[in-house]
Amino acid sequence: MMNIRTQVLLWTAQRASAAVLALCVLVHLITIIYAVKNGLTAAEVLGRTRGNPGWAAFYALFVAAVAVHAPIGLRTILSEMLGWRGAALDLLVLAVGIALALWGWRAVWGVFV
Amino acid sequence: MSTLRVSVWRGAESGEFRIYEVPRLESQTVLDVVTYIQRSLDQTLSYRFACRVGMCGSCAMTVNGKARWTCRTHVAGVAEDDQIEIAPLANLPVIKDLVADMSRFFDKWAQAKGRFQGTRTRADDFARVLPDSPQREAVDAAIECIGCGVCYSACDVVTWNPEYLGPAALNRAWTLVNDVRDTARAARLAAVAGDAGCHACHTHMSCTERCPKNLAPTASIAGLKRAVAAAALKGEI
Repeated sequence: MMNIRTQVLLWTAQRASAAVLALCVLVHLITIIYAVKNGLTAAEVLGRTRGNPGWAAFYALFVAAVAVHAPIGLRTILSEMLGWRGAALDLLVLAVGIALALWGWRAVWGVFV
Repeated sequence: MSTLRVSVWRGAESGEFRIYEVPRLESQTVLDVVTYIQRSLDQTLSYRFACRVGMCGSCAMTVNGKARWTCRTHVAGVAEDDQIEIAPLANLPVIKDLVADMSRFFDKWAQAKGRFQGTRTRADDFARVLPDSPQREAVDAAIECIGCGVCYSACDVVTWNPEYLGPAALNRAWTLVNDVRDTARAARLAAVAGDAGCHACHTHMSCTERCPKNLAPTASIAGLKRAVAAAALKGEI
């Protein structure tokens, strides 16, 4: 069983990552609307992201926030809906978090180089 | 005189609703209805009450699907087409008919360290707590709980996570966390933390919506979340 302090820190991490996500999602939506309204092609989007450390840093942070936020929430959902608790659940959501981070950062890297 | 058609849970965990016809009266409460059934129609009906005036917290039941204190719930406010359904409180085992087993509910008050712990003895002078101090005001906002179990019965998180301490126990803990005389703060914060404690609350606010004393356990739980998180970050728990 995970100790109480870790449970509380997970909750705190989820709250903090939610605050980051609120900002990131807003910027991301504005970016999408801007790109669609101006009819940017994939090449034009890539032209803006390639070699741009600002966009790379922003999306790397976005991915990090998702990778922290989603697994903690998933842990609660699985626990409440299926009554599943314990180390196996914790390891599963840890794996989900790592996978989200790696896939996300891979995508960020893909549009950066 | 019109008649009320009352559907009452009979049995324990398994059982059935039985229909009773009860005369409507002016200013009639749901507890009056249950009492009429027990005294005039079926003496085998079990239910629980004591004060009849909203002080003791013993008469809570599920009325038309919602947890309520029955002594101060008027039939006129809840009857639909002269019908009413009365069941025991949800989220608790049923002993018989309308009597729920409250032991799990009160055990969680103990788990949440809901007992005051101080250092003074009767030989000491009174502690002086300013009525307008922030801590005293936080206590005042949460102190009037009568332990009826309505919030516990209405809470979705209790349904999904039976280990969850529930709104009443956490609300009690919050009053003690703000009690400047209390000496068990760190132990109490640890007791109310984590997956079965305040951090499990989803802020659905059913407890606050249903509390007959108009308390806001959700606000108390939010206060606990902040206090516990701060203590965890400082390494105090």
